[in-house]
Amino acid sequence: MDRPAWRVPVLRGEQGPVLVGLLPLLFLAFLFLLPVIRLLLLSVEGGTLAHFEKAVSGELYVQVFFETFKIATIVTAVSLLLAYPVAYFLATASPRWVLIGLVFLMLPFWTSILVRTYAWMILLGRNGVLNQILIALGFVTEPVTLLYNVTGVLIGMVHVLLPYMVFPIYSAMLRVDRDLMLAAEGLGASGWQVFWRVFLPLTMPGVMAGTALVFILSLGFYITPALLGGGRVIMIAVLIEQQVRQFLEWGFASALSILLLIATLLALLALNRMGWRRSA
Amino acid sequence: MTAGVSHARSSRRSRSRSLWTIALRIQTALVFAFLMLPLLIVFPISFSSSSYLRFPPPGLSLRWYQAYLHDPVWIDATLRSLKIATVTTALATLLGTLLAFSIVRGRYWGRDAVNQLAALPIIVPTIVYSIAVYGLFSQLKLIGLWQGIALAHTVYAIPFVTIVVTAGLRTFDIAQEQAAMGLGASRLTAVRRVTLPQIRPSLVSAAFLAFIASFDELVIAMFLGGSNMTLPKKMFDNILLEIDPTIAAVSVLKIALVSLILLLATRFGAGARFSV
Repeated sequence: MDRPAWRVPVLRGEQGPVLVGLLPLLFLAFLFLLPVIRLLLLSVEGGTLAHFEKAVSGELYVQVFFETFKIATIVTAVSLLLAYPVAYFLATASPRWVLIGLVFLMLPFWTSILVRTYAWMILLGRNGVLNQILIALGFVTEPVTLLYNVTGVLIGMVHVLLPYMVFPIYSAMLRVDRDLMLAAEGLGASGWQVFWRVFLPLTMPGVMAGTALVFILSLGFYITPALLGGGRVIMIAVLIEQQVRQFLEWGFASALSILLLIATLLALLALNRMGWRRSA
Repeated sequence: MTAGVSHARSSRRSRSRSLWTIALRIQTALVFAFLMLPLLIVFPISFSSSSYLRFPPPGLSLRWYQAYLHDPVWIDATLRSLKIATVTTALATLLGTLLAFSIVRGRYWGRDAVNQLAALPIIVPTIVYSIAVYGLFSQLKLIGLWQGIALAHTVYAIPFVTIVVTAGLRTFDIAQEQAAMGLGASRLTAVRRVTLPQIRPSLVSAAFLAFIASFDELVIAMFLGGSNMTLPKKMFDNILLEIDPTIAAVSVLKIALVSLILLLATRFGAGARFSV
């Protein structure tokens, strides 16, 4: 007991967290914030907005932004429709099925996107597994084009992003107080009414979190459109990569990157605000 | 009479409910099949004896596993990725944990901003960050060096660690740490001997996440790597240029690795669920 109680210093308790955070903050400031600021400066190099003007006046580039938003919206909507029932199943299943379900979600989730994209190429190709099955079953006579178009990109992206939608909704469902639903039922609400007016509103924070996550990740997607789009589906990230690696247009690519960054942050802000209003 | 009515209503309700339950199960089963199908399909392809992609495979062989193991380019890329992922894991776990302590324990001005900054590297699209960091690293002559990729991957992996460890720290009762200090331990000793062992599951999950985040990352490594390919870059090129079943063998090996990590994470970690 050579250390009297008063020497457990309040002051160090207050300053410690600041000091402890200093090293990672410096690291992020130098290797994250500084590069992003430099990117911003590069996009307006020479003090002109020429690169931005090119991005918003060229019909081709506007088209790419439009296509990216369209794909992100469809992917988000499809993921939501698929994820909600799955999350509901997990939230109501027996522990054994929860475990099995989580394995089915986690295994693809942790598997490299490249592996999964390659697998989709095997499945969706002209002579791919799916077309062979469809023809063998007599559903179609000619192979269906599922690869190197928007359909392929959508399938691949939903596959990657679906778990990001399931997890927040599932955890919101676990927090729902079952007694509220029993109370609604006891007061004469039908099964549908209990779902629409009690359960769904209570799980909205999870829905909003999943929607925000999937939409934002979709906007910046590169691997899936680059491989499954086969050069025909150009999303913003693919366009940026092309501008740099094929045309060495660093200034223009920076402007496109800044626009993508702004779009991402705006989407985050808008979805956060909506989520906040829903839960308030 | 009323009892009969309410009985009829409840049996109608339970019948329609069981129909919904069946629909729900079918839908869930289809989604799980959709999620697992691509993982399963690479197995038969990887054991194919055909020299190009054919399904079903005409015969079985291990030639694509041999092709992988005997190709110095593949092995080189794998070792480089393992090295980068290991260094990234160490750095990101250390820095991310420090940041989590600062966010959970700190009562200082700007803490909310720090909290948001800590999540930003996974919100900013990797293509944007890649272009940004390329500019800085080309000035610092770090392009083509594995160390540069490891540093950029650390930035990318820090949010995963911080989010998981922050969640772990919030459930830890700080009174235990204070008790240790009241008994004469310094803060460092108290954290090392009391706090860290208790949040170990979170630390393990965080480290696994950081490892996978780096090991599978393509875009940053593509920009910073120069001619020194990482495993994802080699896989990407292989898929893009020639559809040769070596990639299927590599895929099976990666799925096996992930399964192993998942098993270890659920055994020693805070449950794989914390990954999001």
